[in-house]
Formats: sequence, C-alpha cells, structure tokens
Amino acid sequence: MSSETKQILTTDGIPLEVSLKKAERKNKIRAFLLVAPLLLFLIITYIFPIGEMFSRSIDDKMITNMLPKTFKEMETWDGKELPSEEVFSAFYADFKVLVEKQEQGKLGQRLNKEKNGFNSITKKLLRQIKRNKINENQSIKEQIMKVHKRWRDVEYWQAIKRTAPPYTMAKYLKGMDMYYAADGSIAQVDEDRRIHRILWLRTLEIALFVTIFCFLMGYPIAHLLATLPMKYSNLLMICVLLPFWTSLLVRTASWMILLQQQGVVNDFFVLIGLVTDDNRPEMMYNKVGTYVAMTQILLPFMVLPLYSVMKTISPSLMRAGKSLGGTPFVAFWKVYFPLTIPGIGAGCLLVFILAIGYYITPALVGGASGTLISNQIAYHMKTTLDWSFASAMGLMLLTGVLAVYWIYNKLVGVDNIKLG
Amino acid sequence: MALPSYTETRYRIWHYVYLAICTFVFFFLIAPLFVIFPLSFNAEEFLVFSEGMKNLDPDAFSLRWYHDMVYGTKNPWGLAAKNSFIIAIFATIGSIILGTLAALGLSSRHMPYKGIIMATLISPMIVPLIISGVAIFFFMAKVGLAATHTGIVLAHIILGTPFVVITVTATLSGFDHSVTRAASSLGSNPVNTFMKITLPLILPGVISGGLFAFVTSFDEVVVVLFLAGLENTTIPVQMWTGLREQLSPTILAVATCLIILSTLILISAELLRRRSERLRGINR
Repeated sequence: MSSETKQILTTDGIPLEVSLKKAERKNKIRAFLLVAPLLLFLIITYIFPIGEMFSRSIDDKMITNMLPKTFKEMETWDGKELPSEEVFSAFYADFKVLVEKQEQGKLGQRLNKEKNGFNSITKKLLRQIKRNKINENQSIKEQIMKVHKRWRDVEYWQAIKRTAPPYTMAKYLKGMDMYYAADGSIAQVDEDRRIHRILWLRTLEIALFVTIFCFLMGYPIAHLLATLPMKYSNLLMICVLLPFWTSLLVRTASWMILLQQQGVVNDFFVLIGLVTDDNRPEMMYNKVGTYVAMTQILLPFMVLPLYSVMKTISPSLMRAGKSLGGTPFVAFWKVYFPLTIPGIGAGCLLVFILAIGYYITPALVGGASGTLISNQIAYHMKTTLDWSFASAMGLMLLTGVLAVYWIYNKLVGVDNIKLG
Repeated sequence: MALPSYTETRYRIWHYVYLAICTFVFFFLIAPLFVIFPLSFNAEEFLVFSEGMKNLDPDAFSLRWYHDMVYGTKNPWGLAAKNSFIIAIFATIGSIILGTLAALGLSSRHMPYKGIIMATLISPMIVPLIISGVAIFFFMAKVGLAATHTGIVLAHIILGTPFVVITVTATLSGFDHSVTRAASSLGSNPVNTFMKITLPLILPGVISGGLFAFVTSFDEVVVVLFLAGLENTTIPVQMWTGLREQLSPTILAVATCLIILSTLILISAELLRRRSERLRGINR
C-alpha cells in the first residue's frame, strides 16, 4: 500500500482493504447481536445482583444517615475521653429528629449490635425527652449523662463513632468469627462461640472427601466403560445416566430409606452377621450419611468427563507400553494414567465445586453435622433476615470457588470440560 | 474384556478384583433408585419392608399412596405438578431461544472477546446455587417478581441457558459452514438459511440442551425456596418439605413417577445423541 497506484480497488472503486474491514465489522456486529440478548439478560438479572450482594455486604449507611450531625462533630474527637458538649448536643439534635420520625428504635437495635446495652439507654433517653425533662438552655452533656450511667461511659461513645463510616467489613469478620473490638482492632470471638469456622472447615472437609471418594469409585468404572465393546458399555452407561437424570430429592429420599436404622442396609448387615439386630449402627443424621449420599449423587459428574477423555485414548498405547517390557501396572501408571489427567481435573473440579455449594442433601441426611456454609446462608436469608451477612458469606464462598477454578485453569485448562 | 491366555496369575486375580470393584460401584449407583419402587406399593404407613412384603403376600401391597397422591385431601401434589410443568416448559423455551442465539454468535469466528463472554454466559453453572439463589432473589424482590411464576421462570432461564449454550456450541463445532454459504449463494436470506439449513442440522444439540434446561428447572429447589410463595410451590419444594417434616409413603409414589419421567428423558437424550453422531458422521 505504499503508493496509490498499487492499491487494489473493488468494482465500486473503494479500496479492497477498506471494503474488507467494513465487511468484517459487519460480521462482528452481527455475531455480537446474536449474543447480546442473553448477555444483557444475564448482566441485568444475575451479574449485577451479585455485585449488589457486595455493596449490601459492606453497607453500613443506616446509622451514618441517622446521626449526620453527631458524626460531623465527632470528626475532631480523639475518642479517648468523653466527647465534648458539642458532640452531645449534636447527638441530642439528631436523636430528636429520629424521635419525630419514630425511628429511634431502629437506632437502638442497630447500636445494640455494636455494643450491648444501647437498646435500654436509648429507650431511657426517649422517655426523658417525652416527659420534657431535658432543658435545652442548660448543658445537654450534663443532662444526658444523668439519664443513665452508660451515657457516662466512654466505650459507648466509641461504639457510636465506630458506626460512622458508611462501609464496614464487620460482616466478613463475623463470617470468620472475628469482630471489631472497642478500640477498633480486630479480635477473635471466644473459643466456644466460633461456629462459622467450624462450618467452613466442615464444608471444605466434606467437599474434599466427597471428591476423593468420587474419584476412587469413578475412575475404575469410567475405565471399564471406555474399554468395553460398545454394546456392553452402552448398557452399563445407563447405570451412570439414570441417576444423573433423576431428581436430586428422589435420590436423597432413597438414601433416607436405605440408611435408616430399620433400613435395608442395616437389614443386610444383620443378615450377614456384621452387627446384631439390637445393635444397629446409626448411619443417617451423621457424616456417614452425608458422605454416602453425596458420593452417589455426584459420582456421574466424575464419570462422564473421565469417560469422554478415556474414550479418546487409543488402546494400542497400552499394548505398546507392555510390548516394550512394562508390566501392566507400569504401562498403566506411565502411559495411561498421565493421559487421563485432563479428565481427572475436569471431574474433580466439577464434583468439588458442586459439593462445596451443597445444601439439600446434607440438610436432610446429615442431621446436626449436615449443617454446612450453604445452610447457614439460607438460614440468614430466610430466618434471621440478616441479608447483608448472608451476602458476605455467599461472596466469601464464591471467592473460594473462583480461586479453585482459577487454579484449575492454570493447571489443566477450562476448555477440557465436556458434558457427557 | 477377555484376558489373553498368557496373563500371569496375579494380573488375572487383579483383573477379577477390578471387575468386582466395578460391579460394586455400578450397583451403588443404580440400586438406590430401585428401593423406591416396591416401598411405594406398601400397604402400611411405614417406610420399611413389612414382613408381608418380604413374603410377597399380595395383601401387603396396595396402590393407596398413589390414590392419596392424586385424590388425597388437602394434598399439594396436583398444584405442585402443574406449577413444575408450567415453569419448566417456559424456562426451557426461554433457555433454548436465548441459548441457541448466543451459541450461534459465539461460534462465529468474527465474535470479539469470545473468552470473557463465554465465561459470563456459563457462570450460572459454576457459581454455587445458593449464591445464585441469593443474587436472583435480590433482583426479583427489587423488581417485584418474587413469589410469581414469571420470577421463577426467569430464574430458571438463568440457570438453564449455560447448558444450551454448551451443547449447541459443541454441535456447531462440527458444523460444516459451507452449506450455509451454499444456501446464501443460491439466494436465501439469513433467516431462511437458519430455519431451513442450520436449525435442522443442529437440532439434536438444541434439543439435548433443552432437555438439560428442562431437568435443571424441574429439579431445582434451592432458588425456588427463596422465590416461591405458597401458590408457586413445585414438586421439589413439596418433596423437600415432605422429607423434612414426615417421610410419608406418598412421597415415594411421587418419586416413582419422577423416576419413570427421568427414564423417559434418558431414553430421548440417548436417542438424540446417537442421531447427532450419525448426522455428524454424514457431514464429514
């Protein structure tokens, strides 16, 4: 394209390069328009709400908006001794506005979460205001301090100051059994109240073990399915696909029947003399039940990716390995196994991610030990209505899942995931 | 898998151990489904095999739980089944339309930012359901669609489209684009080309993606639990409450029906897969 004479023109007299670019752009736009409806739909109904979960989880504007004057005066307060007269009168002014809007109860409840005892002293202050006991011409500080001894306690004013920022990480700390101490540093919850850490560990433990069990059980049958002649393997494939297509709750129900104390599994154990009739072991409402049921439910997700990878491995490779002097075990370990690693990766990733977000089956067959992080999120969404805490825990879980996904992508590559 | 005659004894033994392990795993996978059948015909109210059933006494079997499922007083299954089917059918249609269009765009070699868009489109499959549930609930509550059929259908479209996108993109990867070019050169407009040429060829992929979307919606309980009011109850929600409160044999009757349904779905999925393999064989 160095000079004009060498430029190739189309029949319309437009340079070919320009014309091609135009056609290319048109194709790009056409392709994008096809994707656009779904992309837009997902961004509005799904991606954006996940972002909203984040803003909800750190949102702490409620008090910031309730006590604007107080926080403005508090900016110059060092937080070591009781605040000045100005802070007290600003607080009094804010509080009176809240009383007019009848929102002082909300303030008391929210502050009570920050420090126990706020609810009663705000109520006491309200009563004094209602009875017109506060004389606005005298020192507000003196009068508020007389209402209750806690108003004379600097720790309560520190607690108010802590609620000043419109954003807080408190919900995330709570999810890890930590909290902001009085001086603003991060402290650990008492040892016997660290429930969330137990839940995180239990969720991780169950997801890990279920993945391992699925791998140990899925690998041999995927291998068998991939090496058997078609007519047998198609038949056996039904054993994998029928559970795959069957409702999760149906399969959970069948495990509840099988594992109960008078259930079929225990009957069988009695029959073969493993246990005596009056000594039937408890197999449900504990971790055993969770492991057994979850392994069976998630096993197809391990077998299908493994199978699709193993199907592509030529049997002549194993024969070559053996003919070169390897024993069958060596040939398997050095030739076959490395070739199946993409399948192992895909299967393990699928099972692990599904298991870590699991909630229905453990809740039904796991008893007290079946409470996992997901149950806790659902509990806060539906029962305590602490949506910001539920959002925070959900996002912590999501971060974990994305981290696993990222590691997997580095090690194996996401493109290897196949469905059936 | 017959062993060659020269196999050493220890490998012979290992081979039989391996077959035994496989048999056990297959049994472990499929057997739990079969325990439901006989118990759903139990004449008694308990969920254990009675003495009569073990002796195959005809009086120990009855259809009373099926009767209860259909005609029982105050029973929720009729409404739940109706809701489940309506929601699943609309969610499937929505997923198929949005998912197929997106897959067509994604399979075009002109598509910009393919990686990140694909990741966004299949993200509902990767994100744990409980998180999807929370996010979707926030959205539906804000636009006033919580506790409506529309809200649940939209939620299930979100969860169902990744399957359609994946299966249709996979089908399109083996697609011979010269046939659409041939159609265009013969004077067909793009819509006509799609309806007459592309769609019939990718139909197996579309339908099998649709089956995935249908089952996802029909079996989904986590998101529905957040979104559903009393009128929007579905079969999985009813089973969830039933299993938590008291295990009644009526649930087993419902479960038996669901297993029959999933068998039908399995058969159609399998037939589709074979058809698709045949079609792709012709293309090459």
